[in-house]
Amino acid sequence: MKPFTYERASTPAEAAAMAAAKPASRFIAGGTNLLDLMKLQIETPQHLIDVNRLDLDRVEPTKDGGLRIGALVRNTDLAANKIVRRDYAVLSRALLAGASGQLRNKATTAGNLLQRTRCPYFYDTTKPCNKRKPGSGCAALGGINRGLAIMGTSEACIATHPSDMAVAMRLLDASVETVSADGATRAIPIADFHQLPGKTPHIETALRPGELITAVTLPAPIEGRHVYRKVRDRASYAFALISVAAIVGPKGQRFAFGGLAHKPWRVEAAEKLSGPDAITASVTLGAKTTPQNAFKIPLLRRTLGAVLAEA
Amino acid sequence: MPLKFDTPAGINPIDRQNVIGRPQDRLDGPLKVSGLAPYAYERHDVAPDAAYGVMVGSAIATGRIVHIDAADAEAAPGVIAVVTAANAGPLKKADSHTAKLLAGPEVEHFDQAVALVVAETFEQARDAAKLVRVDYAPGKGRFDLAKEKDGAPLSPDGFAKAASKAGDFEAGFKKAPVKIDQTYSTPDQAHAMMEPHATTARWDGDQLTLWTSNQMIAWSVRDTATTLGIDKSKVRLVSPYVGGGFGSKLWIRADALLAALGAKATGRAVKVALARPQIYNNTTHRPATIQRIRIGADKDGVIDAIGHESWSGDLPGGGAEIAAIQTRQLYGGANRMTAHYLATLDLPEGNAMRAPGEAVGLLALEIAMDELAEKVGVDPVELRIRNDVQYDPEKGPSVPFSSRKLVECLRTGAERFGWDRRNPKPGQMRDGRWLVGMGMAVAFRGAPATKSAARIIVDGKGRVTVETDMTDIGTGSYTILGQTAAEMMGVPLDHVTVNLGDSNFPASSGSGGQWGAASSTAGVYAACVAARAAIAQKAGFNADDADFVDGHVVAGNRRVKLGDAAGPDGVTVVDQIEFGDLSKKFAQATFGAHFVEVGVDVETCEVRIRRMGGAFAAGRILNPKSARSQVIGAMTMGIGAALMEELIVDTRFGYFVNHDMAEYHVPVHADVPHQDVFFVDELDDKATPLKAKGVGELGICGAGAAVANAIYNATGVRLRDYPLTLDKILEGLETA
Repeated sequence: MKPFTYERASTPAEAAAMAAAKPASRFIAGGTNLLDLMKLQIETPQHLIDVNRLDLDRVEPTKDGGLRIGALVRNTDLAANKIVRRDYAVLSRALLAGASGQLRNKATTAGNLLQRTRCPYFYDTTKPCNKRKPGSGCAALGGINRGLAIMGTSEACIATHPSDMAVAMRLLDASVETVSADGATRAIPIADFHQLPGKTPHIETALRPGELITAVTLPAPIEGRHVYRKVRDRASYAFALISVAAIVGPKGQRFAFGGLAHKPWRVEAAEKLSGPDAITASVTLGAKTTPQNAFKIPLLRRTLGAVLAEA
Repeated sequence: MPLKFDTPAGINPIDRQNVIGRPQDRLDGPLKVSGLAPYAYERHDVAPDAAYGVMVGSAIATGRIVHIDAADAEAAPGVIAVVTAANAGPLKKADSHTAKLLAGPEVEHFDQAVALVVAETFEQARDAAKLVRVDYAPGKGRFDLAKEKDGAPLSPDGFAKAASKAGDFEAGFKKAPVKIDQTYSTPDQAHAMMEPHATTARWDGDQLTLWTSNQMIAWSVRDTATTLGIDKSKVRLVSPYVGGGFGSKLWIRADALLAALGAKATGRAVKVALARPQIYNNTTHRPATIQRIRIGADKDGVIDAIGHESWSGDLPGGGAEIAAIQTRQLYGGANRMTAHYLATLDLPEGNAMRAPGEAVGLLALEIAMDELAEKVGVDPVELRIRNDVQYDPEKGPSVPFSSRKLVECLRTGAERFGWDRRNPKPGQMRDGRWLVGMGMAVAFRGAPATKSAARIIVDGKGRVTVETDMTDIGTGSYTILGQTAAEMMGVPLDHVTVNLGDSNFPASSGSGGQWGAASSTAGVYAACVAARAAIAQKAGFNADDADFVDGHVVAGNRRVKLGDAAGPDGVTVVDQIEFGDLSKKFAQATFGAHFVEVGVDVETCEVRIRRMGGAFAAGRILNPKSARSQVIGAMTMGIGAALMEELIVDTRFGYFVNHDMAEYHVPVHADVPHQDVFFVDELDDKATPLKAKGVGELGICGAGAAVANAIYNATGVRLRDYPLTLDKILEGLETA
């Protein structure tokens, strides 16, 4: 960990202004990912802006029947929230499928969206990684990639996004509210929030420098059976090989997937199809697999089958 | 005068079982759960001003260090010293180590230590460690066992002989009516103990003290002295509490050497802990194996020929994973062969881990037995019973087992588990979305014992103190040694104090290879025999007549309080157990049978253990409570070996990629169901005076194979390459 300076922000706009004033800064909330990365010097911010005291820790209904989740709402609290459990059960289940109780107690809603990949080469500073060090190459492409992405990959990066929560947010058509240094706010549809790697895998989100997430807003609840099915190598405390978030109800079905891509993966066109075979074929159209991770396609089909049977 | 154990034990005070053989809480339990048991990195009491050392590991797997530029690190805030091979002074490599603990100029494996940065604070040292610039000239390496195994020679003889034979295996196998010929593989595995390798070091003049996390005190004093080129008398090792070792702490590692060098360089106490991501490539691991097993049997499954060959790899000068050793003694058959071949690999050093040999050998052998059972249509339990043998089958009936209750374990275990409810045809049992299957496997682990010494102090109040350099690596040594002394001296357990893990104490067996409990309790027994004689003599008793019971020395009508007999100055004796050739006249091993029920998700192929049970025979069970803990822990490691544990090799760079606890998976609570552990009554009078054998590693042996066989029973998918991850099951189901 490199030495850094630290200050505490008291309003979101102030936090964004602080970040704009110091380009090599990072916001810190729960710190469950950032601190580990700093210890390994994968992240080397010169300045930390502590946003934990900001007034962003409430879950409130919106005027149009949705829900506004403050950026600092802890994963544990969000998963246990009565409205979330009743109306957005898929989100609660996705949250509880992630990490461990201790981590969920610290991890925040915004921080969860921003967590970095678990690609092992990203974590090893002795190895090439375009995400960690642009232009250095991708060690995962010809290396150990059983857990890595098959959709939306590039020659530069095949990392996955590790979040379970974000997959449910994508399913629910959430939007990410932000504030910038000049006080301007905007709402970014979650579909546009996370980026595919392309030639710039180090750019992971649509956030502009210094822009601070203040909330995630969910539209009105979607009727139907909510399912989150995470498939992993042990019963708990492991990242998804694949995951399926689904709502199956009277007005149709929708699916979003984790473990497939650099972002939560959703193919709306596939949702009009029926049966796991057709949906999987549509969702994985254009997949680029390796001998190690090709199993993700049949695994996805089979898991979808289980989800549809359960729903 | 050492107590020589060369004839079977007769009746002795241990047989009273007033304290021994009863479930006892750990003596060190309250200290552990309240955080008062200090671990090596927390010795603020002895080194309040310790500086902090952080290791720099090699970024390459093979090659040479051209130059180390430590100027920036040395100039960084708080840095006191940077130690490298260039300024460390002459260092030798102890015979225990295959690779050097401090690289330079050659690099032997990835993350081998190349430097230590010592600073006032841990954060300063960690930051400065990143400023040490190392120029490497990378070399070529061999990292792929499958590629390097062809033509690999027999390994050198080590703990076990590389090869063995009896009868004529080839001829017997050729003519056998039923044949199994399969190849199995197990991956590299990591110990993944809770406490990292850690040491606090301090020099007082030319006298070095290492407060460290270590399983084998005397070996490590020797190796520290050898490495530093100083006399053994100048080294003291202290390791009273160890947060798990599993074989990774049988020897000093880089933390100990670097702390000693850092302390020398700075004139300060220095402490060094390996960071978790460093442990996987810097320290030792269990090597991967490729195993070929051939079994020739008659139509009833009775084995005539059995051959087990195993290939593993290690750095030049290293040793083999002795995966075939159980096959030398476990089942009958006139025609036999085993062999261990050793390829050269430039991966980190392979070495002992959790029942080296049997743990991975049985993962293969016990699938092969399941395959044989299916082929001949014999129940897997019955197949093992038919092939039971009461003598060492390589040596013949002249070398019987000292005790072998495998059949009792099989029968009792099967009954407790409800094995008769198993459908022998795979893929027949279903519970909702789960395919359900049952599997079993035999547990077998050697029962070695070695010389072990202890000091017994009885004071004027009748309190007993035990001192020995034996370690408690979470196993329960404190308690069983206290029980032994309490039983022998006729006092309650709370009248006994046990002090362990200090090289100032008499040298014990140490903890390793499942020999610690049997050996070190025998050492305390020997010291107690001597203490009894000394106290009896001091109090005017005829030593042969005096009994020690209820806090008194008793003979005939005379009854003297133990403290009074010991006198106001007390009695202190040191003695040692030594083992004769009973282990040559008799084959000695521990036995058991594992039973597992799994569920395999019919769609996702995720495996969940639903039930797990076993019956075990390991001589007298000294403390049923801690023995059970040992066995359930080992069974849990068996689950890990079966389902998830794998150090994944990147053969391009030559290192283990998944070097943290997030990616090197061991079972979590949710992976582990209720585990039923039953100990079959057994006293082995040829093992030790306590008639006890080790049990710490028995539980892992075979447990994973029982999982594999249960998966086959559930799904019909026969997997032979560990770990049995869901993608492999899925492939089997998709192609079925």
